[in-house]
Amino acid sequence: MAVKAQAQPMVSDRSSLGTLRQVLAPIGQILIFVIGGSLLLGTIVVMLALALQAGQANLLNGVVSVLPLVIIDGLVLGFLYATIALGYTLVYGVLEFINFAHGEIYMVGAFVGGGLGIWLASQGLLATMHPLIFVVIAVFVAMLASGLLAVGIERFAYRPLRGAPRLVPLISAIGVSLVLQDLVRLIAGPARFNLRYPTLNLGGRIPLFEMSTAAGTNLRVSIDNQSLIFIITSLLMLVALNYLINVTKLGKAIRAVAQDRPTASLMGINVNLIIALTFFVGGALGGGAGVLFGIKYSTVNPYIGFIAGLKAFTAAVLGGIGNITGAMVGGIVLGLLEAFVSTYLTLFTNGRLSGPDYASVASFLILIGILVFRPSGLLGEAATQKV
Amino acid sequence: MSTRQQTPARERLSLRQRIAGIVGQGYAAMVIVILYVLLASFWLISNPFSTIAYLVFLSSLLVIYYFPIATWAKVALGLLVLGVVMPYVGTLNQGFLDVVTQAAIFVALALGLNVVVGFAGLLDLGYVAFFAIGAYLWAIFSTPQAANIIPSLAQSFPLAGGWFFVFLILGVIAAAIFGVLLGLPVLRLRGDYLAIVTLGFGEVIRLLANNLNRPINITGGAQGITNIGQPPLFFAPVLDTLNINTSAGATYRMYFYVMALLIVLITIMVARRLNDSRVGRAWTAIREDETAAIAMGVPLVRMKLLAFAAGATFAGAMGVLYAAKLRFISPPTFDVVQSISILAMVILGGMGSIPGAVLGAALITLLNLRILPDFANQLVIWRRAGLPIPEGFDPVQYQRLFFGLVLIFMTIFRPEGLLPERRRRAELHDDEEQGSDEGLVQDDQNLVHPDVGLKS
Repeated sequence: MAVKAQAQPMVSDRSSLGTLRQVLAPIGQILIFVIGGSLLLGTIVVMLALALQAGQANLLNGVVSVLPLVIIDGLVLGFLYATIALGYTLVYGVLEFINFAHGEIYMVGAFVGGGLGIWLASQGLLATMHPLIFVVIAVFVAMLASGLLAVGIERFAYRPLRGAPRLVPLISAIGVSLVLQDLVRLIAGPARFNLRYPTLNLGGRIPLFEMSTAAGTNLRVSIDNQSLIFIITSLLMLVALNYLINVTKLGKAIRAVAQDRPTASLMGINVNLIIALTFFVGGALGGGAGVLFGIKYSTVNPYIGFIAGLKAFTAAVLGGIGNITGAMVGGIVLGLLEAFVSTYLTLFTNGRLSGPDYASVASFLILIGILVFRPSGLLGEAATQKV
Repeated sequence: MSTRQQTPARERLSLRQRIAGIVGQGYAAMVIVILYVLLASFWLISNPFSTIAYLVFLSSLLVIYYFPIATWAKVALGLLVLGVVMPYVGTLNQGFLDVVTQAAIFVALALGLNVVVGFAGLLDLGYVAFFAIGAYLWAIFSTPQAANIIPSLAQSFPLAGGWFFVFLILGVIAAAIFGVLLGLPVLRLRGDYLAIVTLGFGEVIRLLANNLNRPINITGGAQGITNIGQPPLFFAPVLDTLNINTSAGATYRMYFYVMALLIVLITIMVARRLNDSRVGRAWTAIREDETAAIAMGVPLVRMKLLAFAAGATFAGAMGVLYAAKLRFISPPTFDVVQSISILAMVILGGMGSIPGAVLGAALITLLNLRILPDFANQLVIWRRAGLPIPEGFDPVQYQRLFFGLVLIFMTIFRPEGLLPERRRRAELHDDEEQGSDEGLVQDDQNLVHPDVGLKS
């Protein structure tokens, strides 16, 4: 059990100021990566545009005018990956086990939220409700459903295999993931395979700032409400998780189990309960992310979990698996990178290469690269193998 | 754990030993097997469209394998079943022959994955990528597609069918090279990371197949490649002199059946020889304990690379055959569910067990191509009879569900598989076979196991 739950100091500071600092510190780290990543990638594309300008007229102008949109898209994608990655990293931190079915837990959350929306709409309740209240209710219901699902999966598919060779529970998890995909498809039926979220009237876009470009046009930069809700909610989830892990007694128990399971059980910690709760928390985060995804992109299908799960795992590894802030940072870096590749690859090659497809290729290459050159991730500590 | 130690010794006998105990070693076994094979063959020949007769007939291979008869008798009966009766049934019902050909292709794939997962213990979730490499290799060069890549030699493409046999070898080489290329960066990773990276690799290959139609059209993109070349019927003059007149389609069907079976035979032999070789022992050592293997002087990097390459070769060869047989390939054939279905075959049969991989592949292919469609038809009949079966439920559409259930139930209830390898069987039932002292050492990891965990 060489991997720690997170990089923060293990002894919690009792003073309230210290607690506050500990809970909010990751937001600073995330901000640094958001700004740094955007600046770095933005500079790279602008330089590329300058270098390629000879071939294509107006390239620089096009590149700069979509830049803010790309950054916002990247952030939304990044927070999506980050929230899912938290579930991977929590479970990995405690059990050293890749919960392969986590992507499907996220997908189930998206379906629960959408189903709730459709049900509320059919009852006529949705129209009378403030859209933000619906968002809150849907997120909570989906979190509960996904969390319970994760606990159930742990109880029936993983717990009997604890202590078996490492690959055995992973194979069981792959099985769970396939079963969930088809079960949801079976329950949703062909008519609801592509589940549409009810449209919410969340208001128009919120203007952020204006800037004038070299060509003389005024560029208005704005963010849509869905994206804003997405980013704020996932930040709230991170803070809540940080509070849970670092300040509460439950968090202390989780950290203890992550460090040394047998000793934790000698200290009177109910290890099985703590592991179940860890799965609940991880699953709930995934479910919340699912609803947010549904609200932002309005359509979900039973297969969204697979690729999203894979990307989120990449994010968790990129940030340093087992590290909570790392998962957030990894998600944001990956999301920004994908948004940049998918937009600018198409732009730079004049549509000859399809950006979104190669963005996936790029993120897998990053996964391989990070595992080869820095297996401990951006924020992780080097884990030595115990013999 | 205390309850498990009292498991009676009888339980540990293999099925083969138990059968031997019942029927004895003498003529009785031989008579039963021959009777079974003959009866099943006659039943199938008189009912060439009955799936049940077909399954009973195919299970005669299992009977031959399990019953204690001499090896020469097993070989002769196996030849009779697969070499004489099955081709004859194929002339009556082509569908059944196709299922066996398809099963043979997957048997070779399962055997290849078994080398990586079962022998060396490296979980590869992108195995179908090597299959895709073989398939696309032949598909590109046997169609005008190749002219897009090498315009200077445009008039020499598509290659003639005779090149098929060269490409069978080239497919093996290309897959092995990709196996090494994938292996090199991921060798330092622990098992579960490796699984995810290989999964990513499989996705990358599929995405490339899907997208390499621009700017140069190499793979045909999402439309895939059609009209893939087939090997020449070099034995056609022989058929003519024997006065056998069959359509080209039927001849090719038989041809691919024989070729697939031959490749399977070769792969089984190679896999067996590999497992028993020095390399195979090194793989076992790596699988059981990497650190100890290094300490004992096993060249870890070379052996892992070899496992990747050896496993990939089987898929590469079968990919070439598959492309030639179907004459059409497209990216969805090579998605991750395909990789996982091959993994399910290996797990079902038993990791590391060669007969297990064969059985698992045959069972899952049969399930996919025969049992599920028949079950779907049966459901329609039942629904018409008024049984409450939901309207849209079609079991054929729910392959993932079945693969998933296979994986979960096998790992929980029979992790050693249907036909377990001897060593793994011993390993997974460690606590039953050894004394309580060994059990104590095991408890260190099992402390939170529901049976023995501390309850507060």
